[in-house]
Parts: sequence; structure tokens; C-alpha cells
Amino acid sequence: MERIPILKMGPFLLVTIQIDLYDRLALTLENDLINMVSQTGARGVLIDISTVSIVDSFMGRILGNIASMSRIMDAETVVVGMQPAVAITLVELGLTLQGVYTALNVEKGMELLNTKLGDNLELDDEEEEDQDDRND
Amino acid sequence: MIVMTKDTMEIVREQDVVPFRNRVREFCTRIGMSLVNQTKLITAASELVRNMLKYATGGKVILEVISLNAKTGIRLTFKDEGPGIADVTLAMRDGFSTGRSLGLGLPGAKRLVNEFDLKSNPGEGTTVTVIHWKNGR
Repeated sequence: MERIPILKMGPFLLVTIQIDLYDRLALTLENDLINMVSQTGARGVLIDISTVSIVDSFMGRILGNIASMSRIMDAETVVVGMQPAVAITLVELGLTLQGVYTALNVEKGMELLNTKLGDNLELDDEEEEDQDDRND
Repeated sequence: MIVMTKDTMEIVREQDVVPFRNRVREFCTRIGMSLVNQTKLITAASELVRNMLKYATGGKVILEVISLNAKTGIRLTFKDEGPGIADVTLAMRDGFSTGRSLGLGLPGAKRLVNEFDLKSNPGEGTTVTVIHWKNGR
């Protein structure tokens, strides 16, 4: 069965969607991602949709689901690289992707995730964060 | 109205959706439609074929390049022989769905195209016709 690969990069999971998703593939991705978050204890999920030319209400719902499920599992989701035409269409369609963080590109998305992770660590345990800084 | 090119596609499985979207894109590029308008039309088409697969057992789509008063556009006709829509006004309302979805498909598709027409006879099926002009109006 066809699958979208999920890469682990430090505390984050990275997904690049490079083909036009049909429904079952999108559902498989949703499932795989949540399982990966659980298995790896990932703190963030980055989804690159820069080569996706069509995001319809189903695909939008999947992105929203991934974000909500990840959040419950203590991971943040950032969708990056949305094409301008896709953004215009989504808003007219009536889909605002509430609860999903977005960034212009992968770099900015990673920055956002790092900031979020930093914020959370501060809340979790200040001493631990100090140690992290020293290691950097 | 003059029909310049015509094609018909059967949509019976989920896997037919991506080739169908690509066919719509080919038609759009053929008349030189801008990327934003292409994206709007294909997204609307994607919503409408999904409905055909979900609520009926698929159906067929007629793709046409049409010309009217020096305007060129694409007309898509989605025909199914499913159960039909009991209350069309309700079905066109944002957020209404009988299928546990977001309820954006029909009203969203209508917003994305220039002309939208829905005819449904309960027990006989549903036909949705959309037109999107090359320049988007």
C-alpha cells in the first residue's frame, strides 16, 4: 500500500506531501502520524504542503485532525509552504484551519516549533532548559 | 452558447478522483485560465465528486469548454443516480451535513465558481452544473 514517509528529526516529525492525496492516503497519513507521535514522543509535527496544488474540505479536515490529535499528545503541528492560490481557495471555501499553526516555509516552520518547544520547556522545568542551552 | 470541446469521465472509485482533477486542470490550461481560478474550479470539482462517491455510488462528469458572448469558460456537469437530496436549501447551508463531515462541500463549491446549479429528485439522483469563466467572472 502507498504511504507518505514520515521522517524523525530530533524532537520533531517531518512530512513532505509531494503527491496529490486521495482520501485513503490522507487517512493513512493521519493514522501513521499519530502513532509516530506516540512511539517517538515527538514534540512537534511539521507538514510541508508546498507542492500540493489542491486542498479541499476533506484534506483541510485531515490537517485539522492531525493538529488536534497531536496537541492532545503534547505535540504542536505546523503546516508550511501553502501556495497562495490554495490559501485564497481555502478561505473562499470557508475553511480557516483553526488550531493549525502555519509558516511560510520549512525554515520558518522549524523556528516556530523550536520556539514552541522552548516555551513549553520553560514551563516544564527551568533547570532542564538551562542545561539545554549550555549544550548548544 | 457554443460547446468547443467535450469529454465524459466515469467516477466510480476514490482512485478516479485524482485523474479527474488532472483532466479538469488540462481543460483549464487549454483555455489559459489563471492559477487561482484553476485552483478554485478544481477544488469545487473535488468537493462535488466526493459527494457523488459518498452519497451515491459514483456517477459521471461531463467536461466542456464553452463560449458565450466572447467569454470562454469550463462547464462541469456532475450526474449521479443516487438517493437525491431531500432538502436542497438545507444541503446548501454552511455546516449542514448528513455525513459527519464539515458541511462545506456544496456551499463552498458554490462560492468557488461563477455559476452553480443543483437539481435533485429524491429517488432518482442529483445533477450539479458549474461554470467557471476564464477570467473568473
